[in-house]
Amino acid sequence: MTWVLLTALMVSCGDSSSNKSIHTIDYSKDYPANSGGTLIDAMTGEPSGLIAMIAGESAASAIAGNIFNSLLKYDKNLELTGELAKSWEISADQRTITFHLKPDLKWADNTALTSDDVLFTWQKVTDEKTRTPYGSDFKLVTVAETPDANTFRVTYKAPYAPALDTWAGLHILPKHLLKDQDINTTAFARNPVGSHYYKLEQWKNGQYLKLTRNVNATQGQAKIDHLLSRIIPDKAAQFLELSADNIDSMGLNPIQYARIFPARPELNKNIALYKELGNSYTYLGFNLKRKPFDDIRVRQAINYAINKQEIIDGVLLGLGEPVASPYKPGTRWSNPVLKPYPYDPAKAKALLKAAGYEDHDGDGIIDKDGKPFSFEILTNQNKEREMTGVLIQRRLKEVGIDANIRVLEWASFLGRFIKPKEFDVVVLGWSLSLDPDQYSIWHSSQQAPGQFNFISYSNPRVDKLLEAGRLELNPDKRMKIYHEFSAILLEDSPIVYLSAGYGLSAIHKRVRGISNPAPPAGIGHNTYEWNIPQAYARSEMSEH
Amino acid sequence: MLKYLLKRFFWMIPLLVGISLISFMIMHLAPGDITSSEASFNPKASEESRQKLRELYSLDKPVIVQYSLWMKRMATLNFGTSFASHQRPVFWQTKDKDGNVTLGMIQEALPITLLINVLSLILIIAIALPLGVISALKQNQLADRVITLFVFIGFAIPGFWLALMLMYWTGVQHNWLPISGLQSLGHEHLHWLGKTLDTLKHLALPVFISAITGLAGIALFVRNGMLEVLHQDYITTARSKGLNEHRVIYGHALRNALLPLITIFGLSIPGLIGGSVIAESIFAIPGMGKLFYDAVLMRDFPVIMGILTIGALLTLIGNLVADVAYAWADPRVRRGVMQ
Amino acid sequence: MKHALRNPLALIGFSIIAGILLLALIAPLIAPYDPNAINVKAILLAPEANHWMGTDGLGRDVLSRMLYGGRISLLVGFVAVGIATLIGIVLGAVSGFYRGWVDTIIMRTVDVMLSIPTFFLILAVIAFLTPSIWNIMIVIGLTSWMGVTRLVRAEFLSLRNREFVLAAQALGAKDARLIFTHLLPNSLTPIIVSSILGIASAVLVESGLSFLGLGVQAPQASWGNILTDGKEYIQFAWWLSLFPGLAILLTVLGYNLLGDGLRDAYNPRSNQH
Repeated sequence: MTWVLLTALMVSCGDSSSNKSIHTIDYSKDYPANSGGTLIDAMTGEPSGLIAMIAGESAASAIAGNIFNSLLKYDKNLELTGELAKSWEISADQRTITFHLKPDLKWADNTALTSDDVLFTWQKVTDEKTRTPYGSDFKLVTVAETPDANTFRVTYKAPYAPALDTWAGLHILPKHLLKDQDINTTAFARNPVGSHYYKLEQWKNGQYLKLTRNVNATQGQAKIDHLLSRIIPDKAAQFLELSADNIDSMGLNPIQYARIFPARPELNKNIALYKELGNSYTYLGFNLKRKPFDDIRVRQAINYAINKQEIIDGVLLGLGEPVASPYKPGTRWSNPVLKPYPYDPAKAKALLKAAGYEDHDGDGIIDKDGKPFSFEILTNQNKEREMTGVLIQRRLKEVGIDANIRVLEWASFLGRFIKPKEFDVVVLGWSLSLDPDQYSIWHSSQQAPGQFNFISYSNPRVDKLLEAGRLELNPDKRMKIYHEFSAILLEDSPIVYLSAGYGLSAIHKRVRGISNPAPPAGIGHNTYEWNIPQAYARSEMSEH
Repeated sequence: MLKYLLKRFFWMIPLLVGISLISFMIMHLAPGDITSSEASFNPKASEESRQKLRELYSLDKPVIVQYSLWMKRMATLNFGTSFASHQRPVFWQTKDKDGNVTLGMIQEALPITLLINVLSLILIIAIALPLGVISALKQNQLADRVITLFVFIGFAIPGFWLALMLMYWTGVQHNWLPISGLQSLGHEHLHWLGKTLDTLKHLALPVFISAITGLAGIALFVRNGMLEVLHQDYITTARSKGLNEHRVIYGHALRNALLPLITIFGLSIPGLIGGSVIAESIFAIPGMGKLFYDAVLMRDFPVIMGILTIGALLTLIGNLVADVAYAWADPRVRRGVMQ
Repeated sequence: MKHALRNPLALIGFSIIAGILLLALIAPLIAPYDPNAINVKAILLAPEANHWMGTDGLGRDVLSRMLYGGRISLLVGFVAVGIATLIGIVLGAVSGFYRGWVDTIIMRTVDVMLSIPTFFLILAVIAFLTPSIWNIMIVIGLTSWMGVTRLVRAEFLSLRNREFVLAAQALGAKDARLIFTHLLPNSLTPIIVSSILGIASAVLVESGLSFLGLGVQAPQASWGNILTDGKEYIQFAWWLSLFPGLAILLTVLGYNLLGDGLRDAYNPRSNQH
């Protein structure tokens, strides 16, 4: 009896090592890459549909990206290369691009994929009736034609530098299944047929989406048989699922990556960590239509007053980089000369004084014309942004600025504050495309409600550069244009660059073939080469 | 009995009107109008869907017209299609011209939530009944105190906290139960018995959490009901007649104490449905609560309105059923004495 | 009150509540740190001599945040219940005193409100109004007055025909006087009991809203949002979820024990003498 009790006690104390240790598998052995197995990951939200141009949310693009091809893609070094297209050429006047499709392309349903499908997709994305935010790039095409079944040709009114990038982002849709359908409401969105590595096998509403290898895949065969994306809304529950080996991969936050994993050897035994510099950055943006943020001295003062390194160390636990231009650090477009504003409270105070702000009444808060300098920092529900806001608040207080933080749920944030421009200052992030064109974010014409230049930035020189950048196809000349643009932007300080965080992910060690360290395109560039050795495959009821 | 039923049924009409009013007010609560709060950065889509919304709810027409149109929608249970979830019908399945059936969102979510709640109600009764009876019989003694303390702790513990701890303990440390979700991966390939077992395993924690938080109300209700009955004249009479104490308690007292419980169940439906939000979010269960929460975050008004209405309707039906059951069980009501 | 405190559970409840209220009241005096003071060099410290309850993801002292967060959580409970009770008393009194069609309308409204899942209502309204501590208190208040209304009405209906009321009325007492000097004071006990139980529910509702991201918003601390912050690290930084979880549990338990004890003490039938 005592013995039984003792054992019971030991089991309950012995953490996760207790009954699983019997089944511990050594994941360090080498196996040849074989095909088969299921990779399970988790997402917090369910896609609304799998036609990416309509759905728009990240969950949809992540899954649709495994089902649909584009004409072009970025390789692991972020150079453009053909996907459905075998090659392409640009005419001498730089207005016409001719794409040559690879031969014998097939849809998953075994129908031929031809230039007609490409043309159809272009017609849909530019159709006024299609509810997509991505149409404007493609509307610059004046003529789209299909000289033959393997050739697709587009002609722009003027040279359009981001053109190739836009074609790398447009999923080609099957005409034979969609021609009589309303693309906004079609059942195809929940039952898609594509041409990429995988096809949708099953979509259990609110539970999971299961993809299966597409035997007609245009890009060859992927190694893993099934991709299963489970919908687990709560991040804490996701992490428990990962710890219990019920999912193979999930994105981590810095605390999980830098604190929890190092402290939990039993997790490290089975799970590998990856980090890669993402294509996004966090910033503090001013509403330039509001006083006193129309005053460059005030904006620069706030820039000097914020300690960016503290944010990287405190919020990202060092897992981030400082930024000084709206481009990924280390890429061609990022101007290497530019440096972030250093943390310099004295300079901040001097600038504020020059702008007329001093603490006249001795209450610790600077004021001008009897009004204290006080505003609200708005951000959405994102733990890291919220913490960033708290750090900024403290630094601003040191130079006599009274900032309050308000955290809002996304729909209210957008609908009530950003679109009607009812805000002082926001902490937000931008995810960037690989093309340097940022016309829609910074051009003065892009300020209507719902458009991206919601901070109302307007600078004639920047407008000119952005327009020129779209017309210039020579990479070196283009680089110069965007380097100059970045320099002006930094000087103007319409936003304060805060940090670029690393994308952190945890993937079970049963998954092989992952490039580590990550190439510029990130670990996801070769998912088709990922594989799960037979010996490590999860024992599943489903594998009959 | 029929007269009572009819009367009871017509009673629901003013309630339905009230419910339609409240849900109508909520829709108009969003500042500006509901079309201004779309959850995406998309100048085009927002203008388009705003127009659609305006048409759907006739926002250009006078408020009275809007309201009567809303009443009509409610009466026909036609809530249209979701904005966020790719045109899925809000309530019931639709068939397109090619014969593809799209299941309704509430149609799919409701049975899951109902199943969890019915299971947890059964569990609650199974635990609360004996606890309540013991508590009443041992009034103010140690057993009573311990039981009271226990059920109150169950009520007081924040559900999601308990849920996470149990998920960690039973799912990660011991691998006894699945952590989240509704089915295992190979669910379809299982024998029906295996399927049932698999689903039950997944529902074990959510049902347990829901039961533990709902225990206090029912247990105390049984306890106080028993106490009240035990002090009534006919029980005293029964006792003085020398009837066996067991028969007094279980034959007379318990039966009479349990009657009002029927009504309580009817009344507890909205609380149960409402309480499902948190459990369903944490356990990744696609039920009504999760559906509603997502709809709120996406400002998916057709779904919000649909769920509020269906939820309220369910409550009314639940109350009706409870009343009828009560009338059936208690002859005094049947004869109209209680009117 | 004395009566109720003879019940050991009620006494425990009373002591818990008194202790927690006291701590919340004197929070500024005893909190070792500023609850919002960040220290990026002391992130996620386990409980130790300098930080009895450890520190959170920004190096803030959890004990100090718990003390200040308690003020917010309790405030939410009090104000929300205050609003609900006020509405309940007014509507219940009108309904029970005047009866007739006013009564019918009010009681049907109560039925309507009771048939809509309250938490859904709260969620929708708070999301549309944007979450702020005041909105949360008002919305919880506006959705939880139905019980009090029924209670007050029932008390009024039964007191209305008592001799002392009829006598006062015969002597020409005005309605207001009847209500305020005769009926209301005699209905006070059930109102207090239901308010006490209501506070417990409001504290729980706030923590639930926090879990969904619609509760009291950062950087202001409430038990609900400290607990929600901590839930992601439940297996690592246990102190981030244990302390707020226990605080909520104890508070809700305390109010329930006290409320239940009071109800027992004043319910003549379930009380043996």
